[in-house]
Amino acid sequence: MANNQHSVPAPVGGSLINVVTLSCGVLIALLAAILVVRFLFGLGAVTGLNDGYPWGLWIVVDVVIGSAFACGGFSVAILVYIFNRGEYHPLVRPALLASLFGYTLAGAGVIFDLGRWWNVWNMYWPTSANPNSVMFEVAVCITLYVIVMWIEFTPTVLEQMGKNDTKKKLNKLMFFIIALGIVLPMMHQASLGTLLVVLGVQIHPLWQTPMLPLLYLLTAITMGYAVVLFESCLASSAYRRKIEMHMLTPMSKVMLGLLLVYLVVRLGDIAVRGALPKAFVPSVEALMFWLEMACFVAPLILIGAETNRRNPAKLFLAGILLMLGGALLRINGFLIGYETNIDGAGGFTYFPTLAEVLVTAGMFAIEVLGYIIITRRFPVLPREDVQAAH
Amino acid sequence: MGNMNEIFETGRKTLQDLEQRLQMPRREFLQFCATLAATMGLPAGAEAAVAKAIESAQRPSVIWLHFQECTGCTESLLRAEHPTLEKLILDVISLDYHETLMAAAGHQAEAARKDAMKANKGKYVLVVEGAIPTKHNGIYCKIGGRTAIDLVKECAADAAAVIAIGSCASWGGMPSTGPNPTGASSVSEILGKLVPTIPGCPPNPYNFLATVVHFLTFGKLPEVDKLGRPKFAYGRLIHENCERRAHFDAGRFAMEFGDVGHRQGYCLYKLGCKGPETYANCPTLGFGDVGENNWPVGCGHPCIGCTEKGVGFEKPIHQVAKMLNVAPPLQYPRIVEEQGKAASFASAAAVAAVAGAAAGAAIMLTRNLGLSHAADEAERAKDAGAAGDAGKPAAADKAQV
Amino acid sequence: MSTRREFLKGVLASGAAATACAAAVPALARETKPRPPEALGLLYDATLCVGCKACVAACKTANNNPPEFSTVDHLWDTPLDTSGYTFNIIKMYRNGTMEAKDQETNGYSFMKTSCMHCGDPSCVSACPVSAMTKDPVTGVVGYNADKCIGCRYCVAACPFGIPKYQYDSPTGRIGKCELCRHRYKDGNYSACAEVCPTGATLYGKTSDLLIEAKRRIALKPGQPARFPRGKLGGPDQSYETPAGKYLQHVYGEKEYGGTQVLKLSGVNFAKVGMPDLPPDAAAAMSETIQHNLYGNLIMPFAVLGAMTYVAKRNVKPDDESSDKEED
Repeated sequence: MANNQHSVPAPVGGSLINVVTLSCGVLIALLAAILVVRFLFGLGAVTGLNDGYPWGLWIVVDVVIGSAFACGGFSVAILVYIFNRGEYHPLVRPALLASLFGYTLAGAGVIFDLGRWWNVWNMYWPTSANPNSVMFEVAVCITLYVIVMWIEFTPTVLEQMGKNDTKKKLNKLMFFIIALGIVLPMMHQASLGTLLVVLGVQIHPLWQTPMLPLLYLLTAITMGYAVVLFESCLASSAYRRKIEMHMLTPMSKVMLGLLLVYLVVRLGDIAVRGALPKAFVPSVEALMFWLEMACFVAPLILIGAETNRRNPAKLFLAGILLMLGGALLRINGFLIGYETNIDGAGGFTYFPTLAEVLVTAGMFAIEVLGYIIITRRFPVLPREDVQAAH
Repeated sequence: MGNMNEIFETGRKTLQDLEQRLQMPRREFLQFCATLAATMGLPAGAEAAVAKAIESAQRPSVIWLHFQECTGCTESLLRAEHPTLEKLILDVISLDYHETLMAAAGHQAEAARKDAMKANKGKYVLVVEGAIPTKHNGIYCKIGGRTAIDLVKECAADAAAVIAIGSCASWGGMPSTGPNPTGASSVSEILGKLVPTIPGCPPNPYNFLATVVHFLTFGKLPEVDKLGRPKFAYGRLIHENCERRAHFDAGRFAMEFGDVGHRQGYCLYKLGCKGPETYANCPTLGFGDVGENNWPVGCGHPCIGCTEKGVGFEKPIHQVAKMLNVAPPLQYPRIVEEQGKAASFASAAAVAAVAGAAAGAAIMLTRNLGLSHAADEAERAKDAGAAGDAGKPAAADKAQV
Repeated sequence: MSTRREFLKGVLASGAAATACAAAVPALARETKPRPPEALGLLYDATLCVGCKACVAACKTANNNPPEFSTVDHLWDTPLDTSGYTFNIIKMYRNGTMEAKDQETNGYSFMKTSCMHCGDPSCVSACPVSAMTKDPVTGVVGYNADKCIGCRYCVAACPFGIPKYQYDSPTGRIGKCELCRHRYKDGNYSACAEVCPTGATLYGKTSDLLIEAKRRIALKPGQPARFPRGKLGGPDQSYETPAGKYLQHVYGEKEYGGTQVLKLSGVNFAKVGMPDLPPDAAAAMSETIQHNLYGNLIMPFAVLGAMTYVAKRNVKPDDESSDKEED
């Protein structure tokens, strides 16, 4: 069918030096400088972390949200390899690339944040690892998943290097790697939510529930599709290519379906636990909750209608809103809803320092720069002969 | 207040008389005045006023009564050495009646008292040492056939000032220890009005001396607390001035007499020291004029709270004291302390910049996508219109995407 | 069409996997762990505490911790809260005129803040590398810096906010009270209990301390009573004093399944920084979820099996076509 006659992936080509890559370079240089200070003088010298807020920008944004944004590869893999929707196949490599960078950098971000990073091998060592710990499971799963994704990306590299025989041998095992690449993210994305469970009453009732693993998993998959929408539109616009609407439009319908399931579970859970009144108490928490809800509900309105789903602008916007909603769910759970002093006013304040913000920006810059370099030099995006006029 | 030069200029002759009278070099005399002024906590220069007061030829009469007492207060005064007390006090004041020190006895002694009271009516100072029994009309203490109650009332009637010296006279002291078979009471209780008290068993002699000299200098007694105790001496708890306080704060205690901690001079709280609930200035002055550290705690025995009613001679010596000064210092951490840094200008600006840039870029891209889509739709509509007859959807042309 | 069949197969595989998970859920709830029978701990009685801070000084010495300064003149140790370098602190509750001790309105009270040595500690459950451990006999929650990775999950997990990290050092570690377990081999016990002059901090077996705590709250305010000091069951240092006014609640008896450090107070516990906690430990819920989802890796392997089966079927056609065109 037309499914299998999709365009062949090819390097985009073109110059690697432009405003975007140069800006990324500057941010990366700043990142390196700040990291030197961090490793020489400790976390306190660089971050605003304190005794009341042990986790700040790096953990919540770089790792938890960053890895959720990197779920594009996983979400597309489900569509293509489990539900056999081959028409989405061209989306696989670009999504995988973004996921690869996202997760590798999330892992790197964890190392920067660990206070005693030289002991990190203990997490994988049988005599020290604690299987009861949610964090253990998150770490092991993410580590395995990063390895899996690099293996999944190897065919692209082999192709560029012309080693097609090796590539065919690797492809024989690919089905198992792909299966792993679907199970592993399901496990750790859910567990990233379960991290909050042991915090008990320290998390505000609007974000503390035994349903956390399901909520985080659903949002992770949904955000995966949202990120694909976002990145497709962005890459097409940046490289002046036609947007693959024939894939994005139906995919966004899948995304909406999942979103509906999520909203039912989320609101149902809050209602059943009797936490709904808390959303109407004038407070920062309530405000952030409604903001989060608005970001999740808006796409339903924006692209609920079929005609709207054919409008790339609306798809792009819906993608951003969903990414924002998922990000807010995590920020609200880990930071806004985290009560450092349970009874009464919290004694601690936290706001990321300039250095923390620059490191986060630098990590993001690595992703952007890496994505640009690889898509321009390796066969990731489908080849396009026709230049679309904007 | 005066200053030292004033004394030089105006009183050289007076000073010479004084030296002769007191048989004490001028410097020693001035040092005595300085010591007393310091004890009272008076500002610098006050010693001149003190000296001036003592110089005056008029020596106030003092009547000293002894009741249920051990004479320890008198003995304590006799141990004062700056300078030898009998010289000064017997010359600075006119001690007209003192059962221990006066030469007379019996009827002559009583007669001397009556004469002194008549001659100095309204101007003499009455000092009372010892408690006054009240049970059975006070028959448990009689001098010259008269009960203590009668004597103290009679003598207090025409006194310019009444001072109760020692714990017994101040609040009942040892004789009032339960079950108090004689009904031993304080001077204030007998007279029905609050009189200045110098409690202690015995009190530090300089507390008494300073009070008297204050009276001579300023014509009135020093400021007293609600129990009549001069605030300069009894305003602070022993615990507040104790030289072993650092050990208390660090948790270093002597657990038994003679153990390692005891020999190291650790805090005696656990041995029952009543310092935390006893008001006195013993750690500051010391006894016996051998300097600080010469007081019970300094010698290794817990304070027994001898100045305090309800503590001394009532609470067992080794019973743990109640802490009275639990009001903690200002630097006590509260239950919730604000910590952590709020957004710095730079980081807030950075976050805002990133958010702004992202939002701006998103809006721009959305707009471009929208425009491009509108253009595409327009073109499609045109093509659909043009190819309407052919029946082939123009979309086939775009199938390559 | 074949694609619809494939799609349905995919759905069925996922559905089967999901059902397997759901079926396993009810059976594996992890109950809250109780305190071990020989658990050691402390009894802190706020009514006896006079705020002398001998325990703060003793703890610093026993653990070789440096002083912390919160005033301009760095003269003496004035921490504002427990930290990576302060394992024990006395905080003060103030209200209104502060005229009476242990009175909630217009009064003041002290509260010792240090590790509660929970029966089912959140920090032990959270730590991915077993740096936080609970001794099976004494129940003391200990920390091992040699395993710690500094992730600060324990800092986030503890409802009392006890483990704290040393941010000012590139090799920072977590710091918290370990009940002076390093002093046991010399026959010593907790330094704070050893130096307390009034017996406000008492050391002993938690089961005995609980009996003592219940005895105290049954006393009438002002009633003269005997209070032990130092170590319960150790040399008798007890003394007699009038009993204070207690709230009829022993904090730590049931909170989060019970803690080994118990507290008595005259002022409402929430106001003196002791949170209101349910009787079920958060660690129990967290581990229940983890065991149900991943216990023995049953569900992961089941799902992996299903995914592998479907992926194998779906990836093959692509493989064949890749001979003709690259995918």
